[in-house]
Amino acid sequence: MRAFTSITATAAPLPLKDVDTDMIIPAQHLTSISREGFGAHLFERLRVRIPSLFLNQKRYSEARILIADANFGCGSSREHAVWALLDAAIRVVIAPSFADIFSSNSSKNGLLLVVLEPTVIERLMREATEGALVITVDLESQAVSTSDGRAWSFGYDPFRKHCLLRGLDDMDYLRSRLPMISAKKAELEPYSFFRVGTPNR
Amino acid sequence: MRRNIIEKIWDAHAICNDEVAGDVEILTIDFMLLHEVTSSQAFSLLKERGIPLFDRTRMAATVDHSIPTSRNRLIIVDDAARLQVASLRAHCEEFGVTLFDFDSGYQGIVHVIGPELGLTQPGMTIVCGDSHTSTHGAFGALAFGVGTSEVGHVMATGALLQAAPKTMKVSFEGAFKPGVTPKDAILTLIAQIGIAGANGHIIEYSGSAVKSMSMEERMTICNMSIECGARAGLIAPDEVTFAFLKGRPYAPSDSRWDEAVALWRSLASDEGASYDRELTIDVSELSPMVTWGINPEQAISVYGTVPVVDSLPETHKAVARQALSYTGLAEGDAIRGVKVEWAFIGSCTNGRIEDLRSAAEVLRGRRVHPDVTMYVVPGSEQVMAQAEREGLRAIFEEAGAEFRMPGCSMCLGMNDDKVPSGRRCISTSNRNFIGRQGAGSITHLASPLTVAASAVAGCIVPWE
Repeated sequence: MRAFTSITATAAPLPLKDVDTDMIIPAQHLTSISREGFGAHLFERLRVRIPSLFLNQKRYSEARILIADANFGCGSSREHAVWALLDAAIRVVIAPSFADIFSSNSSKNGLLLVVLEPTVIERLMREATEGALVITVDLESQAVSTSDGRAWSFGYDPFRKHCLLRGLDDMDYLRSRLPMISAKKAELEPYSFFRVGTPNR
Repeated sequence: MRRNIIEKIWDAHAICNDEVAGDVEILTIDFMLLHEVTSSQAFSLLKERGIPLFDRTRMAATVDHSIPTSRNRLIIVDDAARLQVASLRAHCEEFGVTLFDFDSGYQGIVHVIGPELGLTQPGMTIVCGDSHTSTHGAFGALAFGVGTSEVGHVMATGALLQAAPKTMKVSFEGAFKPGVTPKDAILTLIAQIGIAGANGHIIEYSGSAVKSMSMEERMTICNMSIECGARAGLIAPDEVTFAFLKGRPYAPSDSRWDEAVALWRSLASDEGASYDRELTIDVSELSPMVTWGINPEQAISVYGTVPVVDSLPETHKAVARQALSYTGLAEGDAIRGVKVEWAFIGSCTNGRIEDLRSAAEVLRGRRVHPDVTMYVVPGSEQVMAQAEREGLRAIFEEAGAEFRMPGCSMCLGMNDDKVPSGRRCISTSNRNFIGRQGAGSITHLASPLTVAASAVAGCIVPWE
């Protein structure tokens, strides 16, 4: 997994609540068996429908941070949505709230999700829409700041922070706990009634 | 301590691990379903890193999302989809994973075949790289959708890192009026609490209406839990659950049946168990529901009118405007009578035998409107065979509907089954997102009864 420490970059606005993962990457592109190349189709349907979408504006071409509205990433569990954002160089999404599976998928890929108060988001959204907003997001200090000295702190799960700062993924962690997992499985074995491949009838 | 069913299953599977800071726990996973779209990259990762499968007897695969549903489906014309299916087959072969492939008798939508095979059992933790995995909760299993990375974690370790959920109890009480179904009940819940209304929670559905539902109906309810943001939804197992499971291929052997049932009975929430949130809906008050917008919370009674944007909460106005612009409906318009050009019966929400029976009941002796193209897509080869045995296929075909081969089909338009741009579809599926059924397509979600009645009328109508 890609580590995340800190970034200073242009922020792009996406002023729409309940952005679903079908919007982020339409299902028609999910036949790929790679993790790469999804960025080309990021927000494909919205690009057509919303002329002012950040992806349609040259001034956001260097954007690495997305300011979004509530419940970002709802719907389908497709991790392709996270891959598409990263592939399009987005490293941070700042929103009032995120959907659960999207949030989990982001933490597995080094995409940092930052939750800030809706009133703060509203202000940042306006500034990113009206002018050029450059934001610094620092994970170690859990702070979002602007070049004019304003700063906001954000909460982040300590374990997820530990992993993200170092680029550690869950796979290594879980594999190092295999003896513990196997012991639990053995404890549950009497409550299990089948093994796939050998039907009971 | 009094525990609810969610806490009972969670506690039985979670490993208390003090080394892990924060809220994250190791949750052991009993069973995983795989399909072609969200597994290939996980298998590839294991191969790259030389990691073996933790337990191949705790997973099963099928093909459903990107496959054709045409009669001659065996040759997949789309290059990417063909490669994706070939990749799943090769990986299953290489890793020794059981694959319920075309013509195995059990191929179908993951969430339809798990229960059919008896793989979905009470008290289990089940995951799949698909957000509608909550369907399996109908059996009293804790089942939820995960991303591809997590599919890889379960492949390699039989476990996941998860934060403990909040719990929510939704009681559906009373009896449905004729023409009103569990699909209408779950759409009502989603409209009421919103698509983020249950974020972070696992829902237990209970109440007299749930107790009298069939397993198919319970699966429809649990299936759409994700549409109000819930991590999962489940229903305590009872006699209806046990009767459904008995005799299925992977259901407990006869010698262990009584032991299994005794264990399953003990899962029910303790009397007086508490939840983080509780909510009751009287289903006797409900009418058939249909969506008017671009997400499942934008649902209204079929007798109702499209909301006036100014009457909505401030936070909902922008999405409502976007929805009206996309669906071409006007504020205050009656939803009843809106012309439809497509009708779809199928998906993991409503592609089971009872759904096909209720649609066939409406279509028996009637004709699909000449301006409507109707697809009926059984959820599995088992459902298809049953529908043929019962003469349902003949009813659909005589009515002018296309009876197709099993798969996800027009629910998400990953194959050729797409609603053309600008066309309006009334659909038994689960999402009306922008372009969900194909670029530019417009979706109205409803029950099988409403979809079949609307297909005949050529416009949105309830079944009366």
